[in-house]
Amino acid sequence: MSEPTLTPATAETPAQRTRRLVEKSLRRRYRAERRFRVYGIVAVALGLGFVAFLFSSIISTGWTVFQQSYLKLEIDYAPDVLDPDGSRDPEVIGSADFSALIKAALRKQFPDVEGRSDLRTLYKLASEGGQFDLRQRVLDDPRRVGSQESLWVLADDRVDLLMKGEIERGLPEDVRGISDQELAWIDRLVADGRLEKRFNRSFFTRGDSREPEQAGVWGAVSGSILTLFVTLLLAFPIGVAAAIYLEEFAPQNRFTDLIEVNINNLAAVPSIVFGLLGLAVFIQLFGLPRSAPLVGGLVLTLMTLPTIIIASRAALKGVPPSIREAALGMGASQVQMIAHHVLPLAMPGMLTGAIIGMARALGESAPLLMIGMVAFIVDIPHGLTDPATVLPVQVYLWADSPERAFLERTSGAILVLLGFLLIMNATAVVLRQKFERRW
Amino acid sequence: MQSYKKPAIGAPRGRGGVVLKDPMQTSTLVLVLLILTAVAYRAGRQRSLALVGGVKGAKHLHSLPGYYGMLTALWCAIPALLVLALWHSFDGRIVTDMVVASMPSDVQVLSEDELSLVLNDVRNLVAGAIPAELASAEVQAAAARYQQLESLSRLAAAGLTLSIALGLGAFVWWRISPALRARNKVEQIVKVGLIVCSTIAIFTTVGIVISVLFESLRFFQVVPVTEFLFGLQWSPQMAIRADQVGSSGAFGAVPLFTGTLLIAGLAMLVAVPVGLFAAIYLAEYAHRQVRAVVKPLLEVLAGIPTVVYGFFAALIVGPMLRQAGEAAGLAVSSESALAAGLVMGVMIIPFVSSLADDMLTAVPQSLRDGSYGLGATQSETIRRVVFPAALPGIVGGVLLAISRAIGETMIVVMAAGLGANLTANPLEAVTTVTTQIVTLLVGDQEFDSPKTLAAFALGLVLFLVTLSLNIIALHVVRKYREQYE
Amino acid sequence: MATEPTEMVQRTGATLGPGSAPPERTAQGQRTVGEITVSNPVIVCRNVNVHYGDKQAIRDVSLDIAHNEVIAMIGPSGCGKSTFLRCLNRLNDTIPTAKVTGSITLDGVDVYDRKQDVVQLRARVGMVFQKPNPFPKSVYENVAYGPRIHGLAGDRTELDEIVQTSLMRAGLWEEVKDRLDQPGTALSGGQQQRLCIARTIAVSPEVILMDEPCSALDPIATARIEDLIDELRQNYAICIVTHSMQQAARVSQRTAYFHLGDLIEVGSTDQIFTNPRHKLTEDYITGRFG
Ligand SMILES: Nc1ncnc2c1ncn2[C@@H]1O[C@H](COP(=O)(O)OP(=O)(O)OP(=O)(O)O)[C@@H](O)[C@H]1O
Ligand SMILES: [Mg+2]
Repeated sequence: MSEPTLTPATAETPAQRTRRLVEKSLRRRYRAERRFRVYGIVAVALGLGFVAFLFSSIISTGWTVFQQSYLKLEIDYAPDVLDPDGSRDPEVIGSADFSALIKAALRKQFPDVEGRSDLRTLYKLASEGGQFDLRQRVLDDPRRVGSQESLWVLADDRVDLLMKGEIERGLPEDVRGISDQELAWIDRLVADGRLEKRFNRSFFTRGDSREPEQAGVWGAVSGSILTLFVTLLLAFPIGVAAAIYLEEFAPQNRFTDLIEVNINNLAAVPSIVFGLLGLAVFIQLFGLPRSAPLVGGLVLTLMTLPTIIIASRAALKGVPPSIREAALGMGASQVQMIAHHVLPLAMPGMLTGAIIGMARALGESAPLLMIGMVAFIVDIPHGLTDPATVLPVQVYLWADSPERAFLERTSGAILVLLGFLLIMNATAVVLRQKFERRW
Repeated sequence: MQSYKKPAIGAPRGRGGVVLKDPMQTSTLVLVLLILTAVAYRAGRQRSLALVGGVKGAKHLHSLPGYYGMLTALWCAIPALLVLALWHSFDGRIVTDMVVASMPSDVQVLSEDELSLVLNDVRNLVAGAIPAELASAEVQAAAARYQQLESLSRLAAAGLTLSIALGLGAFVWWRISPALRARNKVEQIVKVGLIVCSTIAIFTTVGIVISVLFESLRFFQVVPVTEFLFGLQWSPQMAIRADQVGSSGAFGAVPLFTGTLLIAGLAMLVAVPVGLFAAIYLAEYAHRQVRAVVKPLLEVLAGIPTVVYGFFAALIVGPMLRQAGEAAGLAVSSESALAAGLVMGVMIIPFVSSLADDMLTAVPQSLRDGSYGLGATQSETIRRVVFPAALPGIVGGVLLAISRAIGETMIVVMAAGLGANLTANPLEAVTTVTTQIVTLLVGDQEFDSPKTLAAFALGLVLFLVTLSLNIIALHVVRKYREQYE
Repeated sequence: MATEPTEMVQRTGATLGPGSAPPERTAQGQRTVGEITVSNPVIVCRNVNVHYGDKQAIRDVSLDIAHNEVIAMIGPSGCGKSTFLRCLNRLNDTIPTAKVTGSITLDGVDVYDRKQDVVQLRARVGMVFQKPNPFPKSVYENVAYGPRIHGLAGDRTELDEIVQTSLMRAGLWEEVKDRLDQPGTALSGGQQQRLCIARTIAVSPEVILMDEPCSALDPIATARIEDLIDELRQNYAICIVTHSMQQAARVSQRTAYFHLGDLIEVGSTDQIFTNPRHKLTEDYITGRFG
């Protein structure tokens, strides 16, 4: 065994043999090397490709939501329709038939259209929602009764889809959803400059609606803001307090171990389970109202607490011991040391953690389905117990709607959601960079 | 998909819900309490100063005057607020029970379902959601009683909390003396507060376990555990009532488990190779600047809300797959497991890649040097030394990712469908545990129908499975990290 | 470098034998004292400079390494011994900031030439590290690693044989023959280091570089490794970095003294330790410095 018995019966020394065999293996091995590297590049490219595909398909289906088709009509606030007995009573005006004004204006625009069914088709060019705008205008200023003005009113969602090129003109009439007749009217309106795409203000100011052209995200955004308000108000102080206890006071024993294990596990529990907890405890046991931002906020608090605690502990760990020792050395009590010296230094890190936790909470929808925040809610919520929905749930609801025009709304709502997330994450990054300290 | 969903909780409900207490009342009370607290602070501070003859004598006090104020304020506010919160947690139920007790005896013998209907009427009447003329006489009587009890309850709450606040505040104020160790007491209270906050994590876990377990046990009284765990038939929509247990087989959850595993498996099939190779490339090959750009870009995928992935799976990938399937002559269901699985896989890529990246970079350079020193190429070093060394950690990360995939809700709710098919064909529609939880619980629930309770049983299974996966994974990862400390 | 170098260099320069290359100038005008060339070199280094980013770690080092000799590198910490060693099998390539200039040839072929393959080079110039770094695999797999990747064994029995021979020559066979399938990381420090040596010789290289192979070991394990080095000299050229003067004296035939990136003096080990010619070498050896 002692001498090179392993070589064949040639005069080759072991070192020469190694050289020869290695030489021989090189080509194969470098091919494998290249292949392996290509796998890596393909994986990275796939990942980046997914990001690009996701964003491009959402942006391309969603960006049109910022514009909406409007009809320019000559509205005559006819007193006999709005206020037949001249009382100027808001009750009376409020319950008047404002859609009649729009119909009249359309008839004036197309005096040659006659016959009930033709007229009915004509009326469908304008959205049902236009009448609410008119009512609001008159209620705001009752002197408008009896006056006339030229006004941009919402067009129907089919007209809007056509204007945005979502409905192809070349299709046969019966599958197009818009008749040749309507097409002719639309072309005339466009030629007259009476039908055009304008900035879609109502998307950002209205609540949900069954009609896609009237549906807006403001209701959902308000719901999200209210819900996150509750979450931030509870989760941040509680999370920071828990982190301070665990990092600064807690003795190393079974009990604190238990807390730690719990926090780490809760961070990985599926969010829907928190929804079940919320349903059973907050709604069933405590009898809090369903669909309320208050309950949503409570559930999201429990869900984001682990994130905030973990981030806050990391921030506290980052404060150097020398500062603590200096404070204690000056005769401060431990609570004073923490309150006056450690907390201010750890605050940026904690805030960053809180923002990231809030961003997660903002995108969360599954637990909120459990506590009834999926209702169809038209009104903008104003209080913590008003029925509300949140932005991601609104996306879910719209994604489920059969109307084609809702596809654009859904992507638009996603864009708004992503916009908020972008702002929050950018704030977190800026905060971290601005306050990042090297001790 | 589910057309029953929206109208279920929609229009018929009055503004502000039905069991709402007047919120103004409570907020006024809290406001009054806060004002009292501020007054208590001033009073405590002033008294401490007065006892030692003004600001000049402050050095005779044990603590700074502010601490005496704080101590008074804390005793004034905290117990009162706690009592108020407790009161509000339970007064709704107590009032309801008392109303029921006062109703004619024929109402009291009603089953729970019917009783809750009557109570709904009562509440709607109170909230003014239905006109009084429509209600029966006994409902009207009950409503009157309900209203009376509610205002009584509010009055009692206000009286109780205010007297507690005033009483305790005044007591502490009276006890103030220069020798009182106010700072230590305040700090003790602060510390107790901190401990309470840190135990919330425990209470959350306990709350999850109890609430899910409790409802599940009620479910298992109606449907045997074995049938739930091993039954092959899932059709909860033809929900049986408690008194009709005969129609068995409707709550066999096996199709849900297989559906969940199928989708999670597809997701891992996408996420593990892509995530791992991306991590390997970024950790071992990529130039530092490339890494600095690509890594955060990949992590963008982790920051996107799941509902966006759901939208993507249901409305973009799903139709695309169906078209591709048509072209290839395959029947792809519009809500296929494949669409949900693929998109879920994309969602999990950054999860796998950043964990694997951590684990790979934790492998000491000396092992790489040892391999290079023997003449290994880079890929040989990675495949035969670095990757096996990082494997335990990576396995832990993959386990966490699986737990994520199993618990993921929105993607499957939006893209996977509702048909409980027992199939391994990814082109068909399957349903999952989370989808069914959502389906069963969205809409009006009666808390005693097996249909609702089944959701909790599913929740229990989900919680137990993900919990054990998490515990194992966290353990494995921790052990791995210790190894290279 | 506070001493009067110029005078010394001139004095020693005169003692150089005929036919030897002229001593190389260092950046600071110093020359290496002593005979840098040998008659039967495996590795020939000329004017090697290494930079880590802006920092120069090695300045103008020229040195030959002979067949079947043990050459020891000594010098204070941070003087560039490891850096020099890692140049010889291009392990510095793995450090992105490192830049190597000058020429190093192995059997007359430039190591840094584009045609020279690093895999081939490292198979011929093996390395043992300061800290034992067995792979987290079984003892057997650790030793079989090199032969496997290079395809040195045709079949399993041949591989078994290589593993056994290597472990025997590393003096580890008796201790591990019953637990070849246990993880290599479970061995003691000294055993791990011998495992790493076995792993290196399993490839049958021509040169073995050892970077402080005994720094983590107790005297008994150290002695065993020193015996091993002595035995390995029959087949290999060995380049060993050590902080222990006694060890250098015991195992090596030649010794090179490095100081802050300069190769100060080379000579036979006896001469360096009994009669150092450069003041810095003398200071270091007598313990007045470093
Ligand atoms: N990867 C690196 N990047 C930057 N500088 C380095 C690197 N490695 C070594 N250096 C620097 O190069 C110089 C020489 O280092 P080297 O490791 O070769 O010293 P050494 O003689 O082996 O020391 P020791 O005896 O402590 O091992 C040192 O000043 C060191 O700081
Ligand atoms: Mg070294």
